[in-house]
Amino acid sequence: MDELQSLVHGFGVALSLQNIGLMFVGVILGVIIGVLPGLGGANGVAILLPLTFSMAQLPGGTTSAIILLSCIYWGALFGGAITSVLFNIPGEPWSVATTFDGYPLAQQGRAGAALTAAFTSSFVGALIATIVITFLSPLVAGFALEFGPPEFFSVYLLTFCAFVGMSKEPPFKTIAAMMLGFALAAVGTDPVNGALRLTFGSVHLLSGFDFLIAVIGLFGIGEILLTMEEGLAFKGASAKINLRVVLETWRELPRYWATSMRSAIVGCFMGIVPGGATPASFMAYGVAQRFSRHRARFGQGEVEGVVAPETAAHAAGTSALLPMLTLGVPGSPTAAVLLGGLLIWGLQPGPLLFVEQKDFVWGLFASIYLGNIAGLIVVLTCVPLFAAILRIPFAVIAPIIMVVCAIGAYTVKTNLFDVWMMLVFGVIGYVFKKLNYPLAPLVLAIVLGDRAEASFRQSMLISQGDLSVFFANGLVGSMTGLALLLLIWPVISGVLNRRATSG
Amino acid sequence: MHFCTRDLLNGLLGLFFSAVLACNAFAWEPTKTVEFVVPAGTGGGADQMARVIQSIIAKNNLMKQSMVVVNKAGGAGAEGFLDVKGANGDPHKIIITLSNLFTTPLATGVPFNWRDLTPVQMMALDQFVLWVNAGKPYKTTKEFLAAAQAGKFKMAGTGSKQEDQIITVGIEKSSSAKFIYIPFRGGGDVAVQLVGNHADATVNNPIEAVAHWRGGKLRPLCVFDSKRMPYKEKVTDTQSWADIPTCKEQGLDFEYLMLRGIFMAPGVSAEQVKYYVDLMAKVRETKEWKEFIEKGAFNTTTLSGKEFADWVAKEEARHIVLMKSAGFISTAK
Repeated sequence: MDELQSLVHGFGVALSLQNIGLMFVGVILGVIIGVLPGLGGANGVAILLPLTFSMAQLPGGTTSAIILLSCIYWGALFGGAITSVLFNIPGEPWSVATTFDGYPLAQQGRAGAALTAAFTSSFVGALIATIVITFLSPLVAGFALEFGPPEFFSVYLLTFCAFVGMSKEPPFKTIAAMMLGFALAAVGTDPVNGALRLTFGSVHLLSGFDFLIAVIGLFGIGEILLTMEEGLAFKGASAKINLRVVLETWRELPRYWATSMRSAIVGCFMGIVPGGATPASFMAYGVAQRFSRHRARFGQGEVEGVVAPETAAHAAGTSALLPMLTLGVPGSPTAAVLLGGLLIWGLQPGPLLFVEQKDFVWGLFASIYLGNIAGLIVVLTCVPLFAAILRIPFAVIAPIIMVVCAIGAYTVKTNLFDVWMMLVFGVIGYVFKKLNYPLAPLVLAIVLGDRAEASFRQSMLISQGDLSVFFANGLVGSMTGLALLLLIWPVISGVLNRRATSG
Repeated sequence: MHFCTRDLLNGLLGLFFSAVLACNAFAWEPTKTVEFVVPAGTGGGADQMARVIQSIIAKNNLMKQSMVVVNKAGGAGAEGFLDVKGANGDPHKIIITLSNLFTTPLATGVPFNWRDLTPVQMMALDQFVLWVNAGKPYKTTKEFLAAAQAGKFKMAGTGSKQEDQIITVGIEKSSSAKFIYIPFRGGGDVAVQLVGNHADATVNNPIEAVAHWRGGKLRPLCVFDSKRMPYKEKVTDTQSWADIPTCKEQGLDFEYLMLRGIFMAPGVSAEQVKYYVDLMAKVRETKEWKEFIEKGAFNTTTLSGKEFADWVAKEEARHIVLMKSAGFISTAK
């Protein structure tokens, strides 16, 4: 058990008084960053990166530096769930799926339960992923190498199709919303020939529509408009505010162990590939819905619907560190900034990092375990505090949310145009809800649309226009096949049901 | 009342400083936070260099005011360039450039030219190396080009109609090889595609591929510079950067280096430019900078003032020729 020995050594490195202090500082900073929309984990880490340079000069300082930064990252991941549950505003793309059941729970006065479930599942997901990368890293590190453009496209296709096939909304409404998302994702620079598309000569549209602007508007502002219409009251006012809610929810959680495991597997796979945490969270939600006994309650406030995406998102976010360390491929924008940090601190990510920088790697792994425990302690003790926010009268909190949303939208690119865009998206979000169109497929398409497009067109360049490249080997073939099966699933299950009733 | 006093104080301070400036007792210095624009995404080569410069300045107290790095990557960097172009006379904004200084306006038709900016300093030039998977049989550039002639090889690179694709076209024009160019988002992705055998070759910068070279997964064939890289310290067990032959030595007559330079907004004074030239000179003296340069195997040519402007003008002319012959010039206007 070479790994175990190295890990124990790693705990020795990470468990100095100074490093534990840094962990808590990092987690608290991260939660604050995660709660403020627009700041986001990547920005937070980028802003604080320079602070760590002088830190990295001291002996053992590189480990302290990465502990601080990765704890900010964990904190931001935890923090993202808070706004998703309380205000229906996901701060990061992978928190979108958390809103589906988290927000309805909060409206029913069960915000404490939703938050506890979200935090605990995040912790479980991260823990399982950490165990996987601790003990299986030599086995799975090379797996990302199997992934060329066709494989990446099939992963995205699988995510989109899973959504259409499993959504409870009418499939055509889901597809319509998704297509609008693709159209919005196409604005900006063409990923393959570099030309500008749909920018209408406007400088502001050069980089396309940012996910955060869209999501702050569609979810945040849209929700406020809707609440205003329904009579100026938050429905979560009766939230219980004591720590007992944590223990009560914990008693309920073991029931969902199968969902947790399935979501963790989806998450680890998507992280190692690296397909990213966003597809992982959506896919896990879809899978959980399919296998759940309470299928009908999904989307109306089902704890299981919070457990699945949170577990998967954190399992993916954590296991994405493996391709980053061994191959130098960042799985997320935050990982990209961390990667830059590694290079500046004088560490070279690559296959030899595990051999040459043992102290650093195992110190980092140990800090993931410890950082997550620190994070869980911090956020769980704050659950009653967060839930109490909903007791504030709507007339007071709504203007505050509006202001914070506007600041958030402005911060993304320090641009006033984005604030106007946010308001436009707010109106779109309101109209969508009135007409019962789902918002999530729209957001999913904005986030993954251009990546899916890029990998599709790269595949077409490789195969010179031959679509059979998506069935060229077992890996890509089975993923594409599964995707197509899920897409036509509503049709198949309809036929099967009719057979069952007639025969 | 409180505010009034502060305004008054500020006014007095302003008066004091303008008086000082008028006497020319002190040279110009930034009076507020300096924004360092990166016309590319986080984690890339330009971003890394900007953040290294920022950290060196902060750590060694080279500037009284602080510096923030801002990424404006939209439209292949056009967003960042237009931002600095629009900040006429603002001495608190500098920008680091890569080859998209030339390629973006040519390829997209965005109304922008390097003459809209004020050249400050060339920090270094980034090298390009031709890489293949170490499992492939060809050991020299000649063997590789011969193989590329027969079948259609896939060349993975960063971005579209930018440096990697220009080099790919350059190789095609200087030999009889033909490639299918496949654009990816970042240099790290490109290197991994090559390790995973999804592509046949890349022209990664040294820093993007060095980890895989050391891990025995990739093989460097030649460097696109007029002379070999000077770094003699062993990178792998047997080879150093200096052991990689130039492409010209190998019969592939094409050279390409990428500018890593600093520019300011238009309409700034000579004194303000001089401040940043001196600041960057101090940065280049530090131990951290030297380590960074060696790790990335950069070409250490540095220029400022008129020589720098002349160099940029020459390089622009070269890019127009290269991009015209490759058919990359935008017709949109």
